Amino acid sequence: MADLMELNYVVSNEDFTRAGEASSDVKKKLKQLGVSPEAIRKVAIALYEGEINMIIHAYGGKIKVTISEDAITLILADKGPGIADVEKAMQAGYSTAPDKVRSLGFGAGMGLPNMKKNSDRMDIQTELGVGTTVTMVINL
Amino acid sequence: MDHYGNSVYLIENLCKGCTNCINRCPTQAIRVRNNKAVITPGRCVDCGECIRICPHHAKKAKRDFIDATDKYKYTVALPAPSLCAQFNNLEDINILLSAIKSIGFDDVFEVSAAAEIVSEESRKYIASHKEQWPLISTACPTVVRLVQVRFPNLCDNLLPLITPAELAGELARKQAVEKTGLKPEEIGIFFLSPCASKVTSVKNPIGMEKSNIDEVLAIKDIYPILLAELPKFVEQPEDLSRSGKIGLSWGITGGEVGGLLSDACVAADGIENVIHVLEDLEDDKFSQNLEFIELNACNGGCVGGVMNVENPFAAKAKMQHLRKYLPVAAARSDKYGEYNVNWTSEVEYQPVFELADNLKESMEKMNRIEELTKELPGLDCGCCGAPTCKAHAEDIVKGIARKQDCIHVLREYIHKLSEDIAELSEGI
Repeated sequence: MADLMELNYVVSNEDFTRAGEASSDVKKKLKQLGVSPEAIRKVAIALYEGEINMIIHAYGGKIKVTISEDAITLILADKGPGIADVEKAMQAGYSTAPDKVRSLGFGAGMGLPNMKKNSDRMDIQTELGVGTTVTMVINL
Repeated sequence: MDHYGNSVYLIENLCKGCTNCINRCPTQAIRVRNNKAVITPGRCVDCGECIRICPHHAKKAKRDFIDATDKYKYTVALPAPSLCAQFNNLEDINILLSAIKSIGFDDVFEVSAAAEIVSEESRKYIASHKEQWPLISTACPTVVRLVQVRFPNLCDNLLPLITPAELAGELARKQAVEKTGLKPEEIGIFFLSPCASKVTSVKNPIGMEKSNIDEVLAIKDIYPILLAELPKFVEQPEDLSRSGKIGLSWGITGGEVGGLLSDACVAADGIENVIHVLEDLEDDKFSQNLEFIELNACNGGCVGGVMNVENPFAAKAKMQHLRKYLPVAAARSDKYGEYNVNWTSEVEYQPVFELADNLKESMEKMNRIEELTKELPGLDCGCCGAPTCKAHAEDIVKGIARKQDCIHVLREYIHKLSEDIAELSEGI
């Protein structure tokens, strides 16, 4: 199925007050498109977690959302430090977030697990010192 | 789609076609067309913001008036908790209740008494429905309508209990029937309301087929009449009050939460803050242990209602003074026999913002909206009649506005046209 719509966002570096801007805009658009509430909920949560991750660990990054008639694909790409142990990072409660971030109430180690929980398919491509690209697919 | 009528309406000859209301509306429900503000049916949530902001007083709220008492054989007034906070130096609620009776009612039944029962029922419901946490308060009809049109994922979190005013109506009618032997329809139940949205919720009930209230009067309409009556009852008021701290406090933000006797609650007020909380809740940003969220569309809670008289913050101080020596709660459910406090009909998502019936068509429209938005100046000046350039682009795609309605686009167009004419005339 050809992609019918593409949305692009830039997540800025370490600005927590702006975290959630992309997910908020995507959410609003999906409601206008008439996407099912359940799919909207998954996209909103997965994307927000992703945005926070990018700010905490990767000094920001880029988000591409493509919408087709049967799925929504979220691609979050950053040029951050990469994930050393993906398997560990996927465990609930495991966190490498710095204290500064934890003191703000983030970094509970639920980011990636929550993203996986709310997507039908998730793929992580990561290389130390180069960056990480997380792709999530939510079926419609 | 299930459209409900609104209480907010326009007095056309007063409207100057300015941009104040279109910018303030939280659901972008208003457009200026032919120099008059037009409310889009279905989108309006009766928050009253446009009534507050309009410098020309061209927005009003529909409501009933006190002469409606003539229609009934027996009448009961239901004063909202916030009514008690409208007067200076009121030391005893019984003075106010006696004055209300004297202006044309056979009896009074405080909404705050019913509120204490709703608090009790809410505690039970919350404790036994952990899967719905956090439950969202449904006492403010504007909040419920807002969730219905903008937050499809939160409809299941709405507390499915009727409002204190509705329960007061139910109990008051039952008591009146028992006392007088009249038929239920011969009794007139009059709610003395702080806001427009509660008028709407009586005409178009939430979670129930038919409202328990017959007429809704605005506090600001009866305020001057009450003011004249109050001094007569200062010395010897009738003992009519049946509510305590918990019930009265429902009139201010935090009052409903206070009645839940739990710390795992959040309370917010003001329409923008309410939207912010709902957005965050939709993104799962709150703690998993949060039990309840109280939301009031008006600043300060119901004391901030657009049909109240007193400044909301002054009213809050009066409320705090008034409740000081009251018992924690005076009304208990076992005093009132049988009643129904549960919703009996579904409250569902109303997708008023959808662009088309199917995804493909919606996406085509949205792509065009995005393109058009880039071509507009991005000033959000409102001169075209829509609140933002984006909203204007949506209107163009929907076929209800033209690109040249934007004065900046029009100016460029005319500029180019005059250049073309000049060029042409040079060639003659």
